[in-house]
Amino acid sequence: MYDLIVLGGGPAGLAAACRAWQEGVRRILLVERDDALGGILNQCIHNGFGLHRFSEELTGPEYAGRYIRMLGQTGVEVRLATMALQILPGQDGAPHEVHTLSPTHGYEVLQTRAIVLAMGCRERTRGAIALPGERPAGIFTAGAAQRYLNIEGYLVGRRVVILGSGDIGLIMARRMTLEGAKVLACVEVMPYSGGLTRNIVQCLQDYDIPLYLSHTVTDIKGHDRLEQVTVSQVDANRRPIPGTEMVFDCDTLLLSVGLIPENELTRQAGIEMDRRTHGAVVSEAMQTSVPGIFACGNVLHVHDLVDYVSAESERAGAAAAAYLQGNPSASLPSLRLDNGAGIAYTVPQRLHPGIGEAQVFFRVNRVTGPAAVVAENDAGETSRFRRLRFAPGEMERITLPANLVATAKEHITLRLEEGSV
Amino acid sequence: MKEIICIVCPRGCQLTVDEANGYAVTGNGCPRGAAYGKSELQNPTRVLTSTVRLTGAALRRLPVKTDRAIPKGKLREAMALLDTVVAHAPVTEGQVLVADLLGTGANLVATREIPAE
Ligand SMILES: Cc1cc2nc3c(=O)[nH]c(=O)nc-3n(C[C@H](O)[C@H](O)[C@H](O)COP(=O)(O)OP(=O)(O)OC[C@H]3O[C@@H](n4cnc5c(N)ncnc54)[C@H](O)[C@@H]3O)c2cc1C
Ligand code: SF4
Repeated sequence: MYDLIVLGGGPAGLAAACRAWQEGVRRILLVERDDALGGILNQCIHNGFGLHRFSEELTGPEYAGRYIRMLGQTGVEVRLATMALQILPGQDGAPHEVHTLSPTHGYEVLQTRAIVLAMGCRERTRGAIALPGERPAGIFTAGAAQRYLNIEGYLVGRRVVILGSGDIGLIMARRMTLEGAKVLACVEVMPYSGGLTRNIVQCLQDYDIPLYLSHTVTDIKGHDRLEQVTVSQVDANRRPIPGTEMVFDCDTLLLSVGLIPENELTRQAGIEMDRRTHGAVVSEAMQTSVPGIFACGNVLHVHDLVDYVSAESERAGAAAAAYLQGNPSASLPSLRLDNGAGIAYTVPQRLHPGIGEAQVFFRVNRVTGPAAVVAENDAGETSRFRRLRFAPGEMERITLPANLVATAKEHITLRLEEGSV
Repeated sequence: MKEIICIVCPRGCQLTVDEANGYAVTGNGCPRGAAYGKSELQNPTRVLTSTVRLTGAALRRLPVKTDRAIPKGKLREAMALLDTVVAHAPVTEGQVLVADLLGTGANLVATREIPAE
């Protein structure tokens, strides 16, 4: 019997386990399906991690290393090469069950009083399914190509087109160029990039790789291996414009079309989901609709910065400790955070009224110039948070003042207000 | 006057650098941006991250970086040199694999700890 089982040994699981230990929880098990801790950070060998958390610029493996060493200082039990297959929530305060499979322990049913979900996300392949044309070899998600190159040591191709301008695609454009490949173009269907501006500069502009906004792949040719990709401009409704075709001779197409939280276990456990984040609905304590089950990191919503993953996961670890130490808050609180105009989602989605100020992550659904996000509660209280620009590619963080939270009756609405700054 | 985007942190401030005026920088959200703007126009540098061959471990590649930024014009040459580097497990994080890479003053260091097999 464990007090806490953490599912996933990426930055989210590591931070949650460390923090729960610091808060006094002792029987903690961390389960990771890979042979090493660190999660996706092990393949993100570039730098740019940790500026917020450690005030230093680290590479992915270095950032993971800090937390792995921190975990090594605790008595948290770690099981590698162990896959969590199923979660069965306990009824009426009974322990939860986690079913696992591993080469060393076989199939096991573990009991625990609390669980932190930290299984991360995987790459969307939807873009691949919707691609017209033939189905030759040479089409990869950017993250798969990153794993081949940085972990296994294989360059997946020599002449490359990248579809989607997410950060992983941009990082791979630079990485493959430095390894001797020719990256011909990065193609983005939206009129703006999905990645950070700094990555457009240091990954594309540094290497003279053209970025085609409002363009998409409209044909693929090749029998065994990819030979040719056709790219066309799209109109305001994202429909290809005839006559704008450009043909690229290439052997590789990378897809960088977004990430999606990996929540099969969460759904099977009957945990309430948010269809906007594709993650669980949580309170400010990162607790899901099942008491004692918490979620954090990319399994909850896709983060662009690992620093925020750590911060959020430390909160989940602390909340799991508080729950175990006799501060169990029953299911989800009723105070809702609603998405008004311009807001794509918020995390958390629910708040306890008595918590004081509340930290909220959100994303907008369009690019703006100077604008404000307005938080308004149903008692007429408002707060404004101004920014020079908003973009869907960049997750924002605000702190709602205690007063706004305390006076709200049923909901607080976030909305984007342009031009009034 | 030149407009560039600061790449030092994810904020991505839009900098204006005045070459005629001692490379004075405006638009920076913090002092690091001013330093970046100055060096970017005179001697652009980048930290290089890549991998080298690894032996004696289950993993085949060891992630590495230069421990400080090196001139942008030397990145290709540095990559060619990395092709010849082989590391042997065990490796500690921060271990120097090549000292003073191409005379830049930067060391090539390991970024992941690899225990002996
Ligand atoms: C390809 C890729 C590249 C990225 N590049 C960057 C970047 O450059 N900069 C940045 O800030 N962010 C990047 N991100 C975002 C990055 O994922 C997050 O910043 C951070 O790694 C998320 O941490 P996590 O612990 O939530 O997820 P992960 O790091 O994905 O860790 C989840 C862990 O859970 C394990 N797991 C999943 N399911 C199970 C199961 N059923 N049983 C046992 N274990 C399980 C996985 O093996 C994995 O180790 C990238 C994401 C991806 C997918
Ligand atoms: S100027 Fe400072 S705040 Fe702005 S991007 Fe550069 S480092 Fe970040």
